Amino acid sequence: MKTELPLATQVDQNGRYGRFGGRFVPETLMYALNELETAFREAIADPAFHEELRTLLEEYSGRPTPLTYAQRLTEYVGGARLFLKREDLNHTGAHKINNTLGQALLAKRMGKKKLIAETGAGQHGVASATVAALLGMECKVFMGEEDVRRQQLNVFRMELLGAEVVPVRSGTRTLKDATSEAIRHWVTHVEDTFYMIGSVVGPHPYPEMVRTFQRVIGDEARSQFLYREHRLPDHVVACVGGGSNAIGMFAAFLADREVQLHGVEAAGHGLSTGQHAATLSQGKPGVLHGSFSYLLQDEHGQVIPAHSISAGLDYPGVGPEHAHLKETGRVRYTSVTDEEALDAVRLLCRTEGILPALESAHAVAEAVRLARTLPREQTVLICLSGRGDKDVETIRAEEAKRR
Amino acid sequence: MTVIEQALRKPSEVRLIPFLVAGDPDPDTTLDLLRLLDEEGVAVVELGVPYSDPLADGPVIQEAATRALTHGMNLSRVLALAKTARESGVRVPLVLFSYVNPLIQMGFERFAKAAREAGIDGVIVPDLPVEENEALRTACADHGLDVIPLVAPTSRERVRMIAEQGQGFVYCVSSLGTTGVRDGFSRDVDAFLEEVRRVSPVPTVIGFGISRPEHVRRFSRHADAVVVGSALVRLIGERRDALQHPAKREQALAEIRAFVRELKTE
Ligand SMILES: Cc1ncc(COP(=O)(O)O)c(C=O)c1O
Repeated sequence: MKTELPLATQVDQNGRYGRFGGRFVPETLMYALNELETAFREAIADPAFHEELRTLLEEYSGRPTPLTYAQRLTEYVGGARLFLKREDLNHTGAHKINNTLGQALLAKRMGKKKLIAETGAGQHGVASATVAALLGMECKVFMGEEDVRRQQLNVFRMELLGAEVVPVRSGTRTLKDATSEAIRHWVTHVEDTFYMIGSVVGPHPYPEMVRTFQRVIGDEARSQFLYREHRLPDHVVACVGGGSNAIGMFAAFLADREVQLHGVEAAGHGLSTGQHAATLSQGKPGVLHGSFSYLLQDEHGQVIPAHSISAGLDYPGVGPEHAHLKETGRVRYTSVTDEEALDAVRLLCRTEGILPALESAHAVAEAVRLARTLPREQTVLICLSGRGDKDVETIRAEEAKRR
Repeated sequence: MTVIEQALRKPSEVRLIPFLVAGDPDPDTTLDLLRLLDEEGVAVVELGVPYSDPLADGPVIQEAATRALTHGMNLSRVLALAKTARESGVRVPLVLFSYVNPLIQMGFERFAKAAREAGIDGVIVPDLPVEENEALRTACADHGLDVIPLVAPTSRERVRMIAEQGQGFVYCVSSLGTTGVRDGFSRDVDAFLEEVRRVSPVPTVIGFGISRPEHVRRFSRHADAVVVGSALVRLIGERRDALQHPAKREQALAEIRAFVRELKTE
């Protein structure tokens, strides 16, 4: 572990976490980003905004979400005790709703009625469509054609909620291209459109803003854990796509040096196959979608397509704060393959009666691996970022292949 | 005064800046097109480095870039191409249009040196706003390369700060949105151009969406030169089979030449 890390719980005025972050966007968007930053700072300094958000989180989304002691999983694993922070019990089925409620309220304050969003697994798209319906706003969701195919149920849900799903046919036809397309659309309609980014990625102030809205996960989990166990967890594990559920969880524990933090990326078919989404372990620093962070890229700086069975982790970039937390050594980043994630889905279903999202299953798999090596007195807290209903078709197809 | 500035201050009718995607449909054609544009007396040529995630480009340029990438185009090869063009006598000032990531991977210092050696005169980085461009400016200054800033109709109180950083010229984005052909332009563009002109120490150039001779003529009154990108890239894209067919190549090049001439006519 490296010493004397600056915790970077605060970004600097250029939106940097250490050397990562910043604003690498067309000039057309710069005024809008400044305007957004000002509106965001005013909103979070305004008790009325907090009150409105808190009310929606409690009365609409169902917060606080429970902390569940996974007794049967713990017994099966036979090591450290495992706990789950149940973001799967949020309205719409994942942590994404925390952030979209926050951003949509901000859009409302700014007088913008048109929302756009990008989505991979569809969870951020569904959350965006949901809050748009709730607040009476127009919503367009950009989604790679490949993800449209993989996540048909979520496409239907978005349309049912009144959103327009725009299939993106460029590049790899996944989240990377949906995000590029959303930014291009925003460049064209910046004057009346609010872009809701779904993770702690993008130009400043998005990583900071999304983290602020997701921090509720960690703050709740920390106090719930203290209340139940009278101490902090020894380990905290979360999956990392763009990294929003992980940052939301880690944010509350960054200052607790005794708590070890683990971020889990998707190793896809395996790190050595080149077909993975393990940006922090396999990528290099570079610019994607408006910020300087780690990135899967070739030697010429062209972005390399990512692969994961889980559409929500299938992204060649990662939030800049994670890049910083990796370089300072505060968080350990590791990865889990498609196969291991599928095994974890089955394991959590059978032991706890909980069907996790494929994304979250990556965190479960790593937590199980870790818990096995630890004594019984130790505890591992898992961020169960979402539920697996959306993945049932994918999981069924994989099971069929295995037989 | 840099060569780019000189080219834009020369007394002349219509000053045109064509934009090409380097390597589309193939490097040899790009070379021929550079020679052709040089012969036609355009003011400057913008050479686009193909990129996988072009945030400022519309479908026409994006598709051209994808074609070039499939043929293995990359920043080093674009520089090699420029060098070959210079060796074959192309004199027109060359400006590279590249997203920032390929430059970061090459390293700003190495890039600036290689670009200069290849005969590049300036660089436009559409995803590097002035707040982020200091390191690139320093590297380029060491090698006499202009870093050309962009200014947009949404820049508002940023206009002066951006223009003051202008080297070579200030690139004015005609309207909101990505590159691509537009049907019309709002009246406000003229006022925007005049505003930039007032505060800019270097020439002003307008681009994005300009496709027809009448657009070029209209904007020539309010800017020192006019960029035509997608319209030319589209024409090249439409002719790509002919361009790669020995018997049809001359005819296709002649059509492109005719288009450039028409754009330049007063
Ligand atoms: C359930 C779930 N977990 C995790 C993620 C990954 O995103 P992030 O890393 O931003 O939390 C997604 C993204 O779609 C998701 O749906």
